Amino acid sequence: MLHQLKNGSCTVQELYAQCANRVQVIKSLNAYIRVTDEVSQVQLQESTTRYLKGTTRLMEGIPIAIKDNFCTKNITTTCASKMLENFVPTYNATVVERLLDSGAILMGKTNLDEFGMGSGTTESIFGPTKNIWGSNLISKANDIDNKVSGSQSDDFFIAGGSSGGSAVAVAAGSCSVALGSDTGGSVRNPASYCGVVGFKPSYGSISRYGLIPLVNSMDVPGILARTIGDCRSVFEVIKGCDPKDSTTLQRTLNKSKTKRSSSKFDKLCVGIPKEFYCPGLSSEVIDAWKDVADLLENSGFRVIQVSLPHTSYSIACYSVLNPCEVASNMARYDGLRYGYRATGKDLNSTESLYAANRSHALNQIVRGRILAGNYFLLKENYDKYFVQALKLRRLIYDDYVKMWSTGVDILLTPVTLSDAPLFSEFTEKDSRAQSADQDYCTQPANMAGIPALSLPVRLSKRNLPLSLQLMAPHFDDETLLDVAHLLEKELNFPHPTVKVA
Amino acid sequence: MNSFCKQRRNLPFWMHITGIRAIFTKSLDLACAQEKRKNWESVVGLEVHAQIKTSSKLFSGSANKFASPANSLVSLFDCAIPGTLPVLNKKAVEAALLTALALNCNVNLVSEFDRKHYFYADMPAGYQITQQRLPLASDGYLDFAVFSSAVHKAAYKKQSKIKQLQLEQDSGKSLHEESCSGSLIDLNRAGVGLMELVFEPDLKDGEEAVACVSELIRTLEALETCDCKMEEGSLRVDANISVNKPGETFGTRTEVKNLNSLRALARSIDYEIVRQIEVLEKGGKITNETRGYDPQQKITLSMRDKEEKQDYRYMPEPNLLPLSLLQLKLDPSDFRVRIPVLPEQERTMLMEKYQLSLETAIQLVNGRNIDYFLNVMDSLPNLPVKKVCSLLLTDLLGLLHKDEKTIQECQINPRQFAKIVELVKNKKISHSASQNLLLLLYRGDLRHPEQVVEEEGWTMINDPKQLEAICKQIISENPKSVAAFRAGKAKIFKSLAAQLKKECNDKYDMGDATQTLKRLLEEKKNV
Repeated sequence: MLHQLKNGSCTVQELYAQCANRVQVIKSLNAYIRVTDEVSQVQLQESTTRYLKGTTRLMEGIPIAIKDNFCTKNITTTCASKMLENFVPTYNATVVERLLDSGAILMGKTNLDEFGMGSGTTESIFGPTKNIWGSNLISKANDIDNKVSGSQSDDFFIAGGSSGGSAVAVAAGSCSVALGSDTGGSVRNPASYCGVVGFKPSYGSISRYGLIPLVNSMDVPGILARTIGDCRSVFEVIKGCDPKDSTTLQRTLNKSKTKRSSSKFDKLCVGIPKEFYCPGLSSEVIDAWKDVADLLENSGFRVIQVSLPHTSYSIACYSVLNPCEVASNMARYDGLRYGYRATGKDLNSTESLYAANRSHALNQIVRGRILAGNYFLLKENYDKYFVQALKLRRLIYDDYVKMWSTGVDILLTPVTLSDAPLFSEFTEKDSRAQSADQDYCTQPANMAGIPALSLPVRLSKRNLPLSLQLMAPHFDDETLLDVAHLLEKELNFPHPTVKVA
Repeated sequence: MNSFCKQRRNLPFWMHITGIRAIFTKSLDLACAQEKRKNWESVVGLEVHAQIKTSSKLFSGSANKFASPANSLVSLFDCAIPGTLPVLNKKAVEAALLTALALNCNVNLVSEFDRKHYFYADMPAGYQITQQRLPLASDGYLDFAVFSSAVHKAAYKKQSKIKQLQLEQDSGKSLHEESCSGSLIDLNRAGVGLMELVFEPDLKDGEEAVACVSELIRTLEALETCDCKMEEGSLRVDANISVNKPGETFGTRTEVKNLNSLRALARSIDYEIVRQIEVLEKGGKITNETRGYDPQQKITLSMRDKEEKQDYRYMPEPNLLPLSLLQLKLDPSDFRVRIPVLPEQERTMLMEKYQLSLETAIQLVNGRNIDYFLNVMDSLPNLPVKKVCSLLLTDLLGLLHKDEKTIQECQINPRQFAKIVELVKNKKISHSASQNLLLLLYRGDLRHPEQVVEEEGWTMINDPKQLEAICKQIISENPKSVAAFRAGKAKIFKSLAAQLKKECNDKYDMGDATQTLKRLLEEKKNV
């Protein structure tokens, strides 16, 4: 998009108008919690002026959407929770600040599972986000069957989560790029179901300051885009050390591997980890996986099978570490300084006020994890659960270190087990079971802190996106993007065209 | 200014002179308590929270200032706004490192931060960032002297081991105003850096605890790493107390929290020891509980809301990297050389160089009298150190104390003071004349000491004959007393000596004078 703006084939106003129109068209999908047209109008003015004056910045005029768990100054940031329904931050998250400073135009804040706890964008106080695929909003010119193949008419394909709003916003073209956050797959999972690029950079490469945390040690701000080019532009703008986040690093990326032409890929080795061939993996995904592996081999990559023996423990490990950090992080939501405040005559002690605030304003999944986390952290349980989980995490991390050390440069795996499920199918399972299915392939990258990317590959029989995942060693994000870029060109995934209002 | 000095100002003069024992408990029936305590041993361990003297807080850029308008020093992080992250204040680490080295601790080159969870209205995040598992420093010790004014006890040296020194956040403050229905919360203090010092249970009573904390205060003040204003809460003490029969293991302990004066520290510990003994002697049991000290009633009370067993659900703080001194480019050896001369070293120096007693050394070091003393000693050669100490510690400090002043505010400069002592040493003036001279100069007389002596006619008469004449006059004027003395009533000498002193009018050496009188009385007696 940036390229088109800069070479003049499309003006800022045209692009903005197109996106603003699509924001309206896709309203029924519930991708946005809040559309920020007052803000975006001002930003549009400035961008227009800058294009006239020739003083454009890196992201000048690019329409963006931000998941509603990134703090935006003077713009309500809800985390899709009753707790923060009226929370207006007085500051911008570092990533938001960097995007706005480089000229991006904020279209709105997008829907998510409450506090990011979910994998369908079905657990929001604002209602679920619906996938644009399979909806009746796609123009027929695309030759895509847009009928919901489910039984009930009010059923729909889920967007995936928890960054489902951002994924749908990008898939529908209501913005060029969007920010999500990825703790166990929350960027890659909806990207996979919505047919967009979903990039979780290396832990430590992007500031978390202003991202309302889920699991601090795994959260990474992620990028959703239609193209690897757009994704890379955003990454260039938002990456890098931030004094406000002590866990960010200023690392010079591996220059020797960057900026390679396709002819140089023949030196690279692609690993196919056998543990990702897991129960429940659909035959369509398996076929896509095989085909893309062949494609890479034919493009000059060396493709080998590798083993990451502790992969299947990742979910169990996550189901301890996640609640522990959640229990801790959520302790601040007591309703005293901000957030939901219960009223009632019976609230005659600090404890009863806390209890009322928290039980009224946090959903059952959130409360369940708080309870579990506090249980795991009890003195008598700490070694049994938390320490064990940390050990497991180390084993998973070590799997990757060992595997990379054998000369593997990139991994190719599934990202979700199938194309997008129907809402009715998805909600049959409880939150833990959902997570076990949805996060199986994405979770390990968060444990290891490595960069991972979901790339749309082709359409399933149901005309829904099928995607695959690429992973690279820690801080080798550039190689990951290079390989993804090459595949993108080869695969030529059909992006949908949204009907005009 | 030393908070210890401030507290002493309101005490009778003798208490000031005799030191810390002075601020001791009166609420207990001491005699009875002492009797009870004979059959028991008491064990006291301290936990001290010292606010680190840095311009900003431990993990945020807000200023660290006492008595600012409520909630005026609160950053987004301090009130736990979602999405904010802690950033470690390097200056706080430097201060804690210097303190750890001064307290003879082993410094951990890599330490870690943990979250300690509990819900409290003035704890915005629902957890405190602390260093539970791997603190900045451990295994140190503090040497100090216990100076008891109790007649039968001499001063003695003592050591308390330090288990660990950890960095942590302070909480905010809850104010329970009666005028409004709820509580008010001030977060100015929330997030201020604390050094928590955990001492081993090495002490036995309130007196030792006060001596230990006083020494810690002097040390931190010398290091300039803490204000140590207990009344403002910049240094707070928790005391763990238990009693046991000799030869038995430690008893169940109770914890008295948030003691914000040395007086409260002493009283609460001694109260608690006696309370525990009474409970046990009546066949009761001590429960492991947190107690608060009520300074009005001078008793400790169980804090009911904390009775429930707390589980802090510690977890590593995921938003901070391990604290690596090397990464922060902090080399402990650079800090070791920055440690100033500490009170314990000063006392040792005074005792070795000037042959002072431990008691005198303590008095000189406490209240920072030592600098004045050393200046005096350096002003003139060969001054009699005993005379310097008595004139300084008894006379000068006495005058200062009446005016609620410290030695640092004294108008007599050390050179003038040295001159007075030299006049005594050279038998130019008598001891009592030196006291008068001191008073005059103290009150602002600008004349040179020698000039005062001359103009006031205080020059000492060193003529044995004149002295003998005065003594004879006393003997002749008091025939009854003289007779009584000669009959064996030795006590009567005191009244004769008093008359002699009056007659001498500060112009004679009183030692010589009384000896002369005694000699004359004895001479006749033997005849």
